[in-house]
Amino acid sequence: MSLDAKTVTRIARLARIGLQPGEVETLGKDMGSIIDWVEQLKEVDVTGVDPMIGTGLAKPRLREDRVTDGNCRDKVLSNAPEREGPFYTVPKVVE
Amino acid sequence: MSYRITGSTGEWEIVVGLEVHAQVVSEAKLFSGASAEYGGEPNTHVSLVDAGFPGMLPVLNRECVAQAVRTGLGLEAEINLFSRFDRKNYFYADLPTGYQISQFAHPIIGKGKVLVDLADGSTREIGVTRLHLEQDAGKSIHDQDPTRSFIDLNRAGVALMEIVSEPDIRSPEEAGAYLRKLRQILRYIGTCDGNMEEGSMRADVNVSVRKPGETEYRTRCEIKNVNSIRFVMMAIEVEAQRQIEVWEAGGTVDQETRLFDHVRGETRSLRSKEDAHDYRYFPDPDLLPLVIEQAWVDELKAALPELPEAKRARLEQEYGVSRYESSVLCVEQAIADFYETVARGADARLAANWMLGDFFAALNRTGRSIENSPVSAEGLRELLGLISNSTINGKIAKEVLEDMVETGDSASAIVERKGLRQVTDTGAIESAIREILAANSDKVEEYKGGKDKLFGFFVGQTMKAMKGKGNPALVNETLKKLLSE
Repeated sequence: MSLDAKTVTRIARLARIGLQPGEVETLGKDMGSIIDWVEQLKEVDVTGVDPMIGTGLAKPRLREDRVTDGNCRDKVLSNAPEREGPFYTVPKVVE
Repeated sequence: MSYRITGSTGEWEIVVGLEVHAQVVSEAKLFSGASAEYGGEPNTHVSLVDAGFPGMLPVLNRECVAQAVRTGLGLEAEINLFSRFDRKNYFYADLPTGYQISQFAHPIIGKGKVLVDLADGSTREIGVTRLHLEQDAGKSIHDQDPTRSFIDLNRAGVALMEIVSEPDIRSPEEAGAYLRKLRQILRYIGTCDGNMEEGSMRADVNVSVRKPGETEYRTRCEIKNVNSIRFVMMAIEVEAQRQIEVWEAGGTVDQETRLFDHVRGETRSLRSKEDAHDYRYFPDPDLLPLVIEQAWVDELKAALPELPEAKRARLEQEYGVSRYESSVLCVEQAIADFYETVARGADARLAANWMLGDFFAALNRTGRSIENSPVSAEGLRELLGLISNSTINGKIAKEVLEDMVETGDSASAIVERKGLRQVTDTGAIESAIREILAANSDKVEEYKGGKDKLFGFFVGQTMKAMKGKGNPALVNETLKKLLSE
């Protein structure tokens, strides 16, 4: 099966990926075949089985409520494409 | 009386549910060791986890979990020993990871309730659907540059409790009462400071309208991020009005997110529908499910402070204060503690009266809070003691309190300094009255002729002559005696 153009466009939009017109059809086919492959799992009857979200579910390690990190502004901003003083900056976001 | 809005087609009922975001009181953030303190230099309370650097892993803060459990206990809610964290995916410049870690399918706290008091003296129970833990986002600053937004991540990753109510609220007043009560409970337990100005408590308001008697809900709109109780109440009113107009014009209300503009007194659509969010929740693979022990929950429960409702009931029972007085005295723990210090060892009813009256008035006048009150609880107790043992009368006591506020002197020192001791010497009272009666013989005749109201005049004149220090009961008694001679 192939995903229709509308679904592909919507997924691309949610992922903030810009597509060229020609890519929509190719991607639809690619994603469709991935879904077909995963869909094979549906052949197994899992009635009454909770979805598995991981293996070896040990209890999580919890941290104590102490300040042990932070105060590393230069590191935090080191990957920013653009910065201004203590801030990183992005193209203006207005809602 | 049910709250109704009258439209052109008749009466409408409003249906409101609130989602409150309450910032958890903690030292560090929900999943990192960076400081959760408000303020700070931009981007200093940030770890590489909060900044969404590749490969950084979240580790859950135990105290934040404890705070959520304590709050759940305060809301008499189900505590879920198993809960889980999910990713809520969306793109925004102040969300470095591209997802917020939240709890979607399995929140830590389930159904609970909040009892609210209404102005007419009635009480209503508002259901709580759930409470879950999630991360706050950073802050975007839009007014520093014409083309760019500045980002400060100090808030990013701070723990929030999202507390969702059932759509049980039926009037703006109930919404206000619910928020006040919720804030009171959070502050009592110490899990959120409830400071709406600093944004540590804010509300999303879900509003719909329907005709009285309808059993189904109509489409609701969500008004995002309202940051004061007054604005929540205003937003509900204007949004309900807007929806009624839409229905009555033959239209339909679209489910959408709206924004409340308190300057214009209106709500506006925030996002177009094609942009409608699809959060694509899924379990966060970086975090194991959260499993807590009942024994730990019991431990947290045993350590909870006395909660507002319990405190009110106890004050009413132990000190004989009224339902109204208990509500005012229990607004904050510090006020209730202050009251109890005064009331133990004084006339408890008199203490309530004075606190709600002259004492709060003095606080307001001086702009002080109970924590830095110009008069200590012990000082107020001493003053009330002087009334109870008839050293001074109530009127003089007001004057003494003013002096205490101003000078910080003790009540008894002021009474001595100003010679305010009440006159209980019947001889002195009698001679003062005789002088008054002699000077006002015409009025005495009128009184005897049936003008009873003049009695108050004689009391006033006598008190004035005695500089307010006469014992009121003795003055009354003696006056009656002398006037009937």
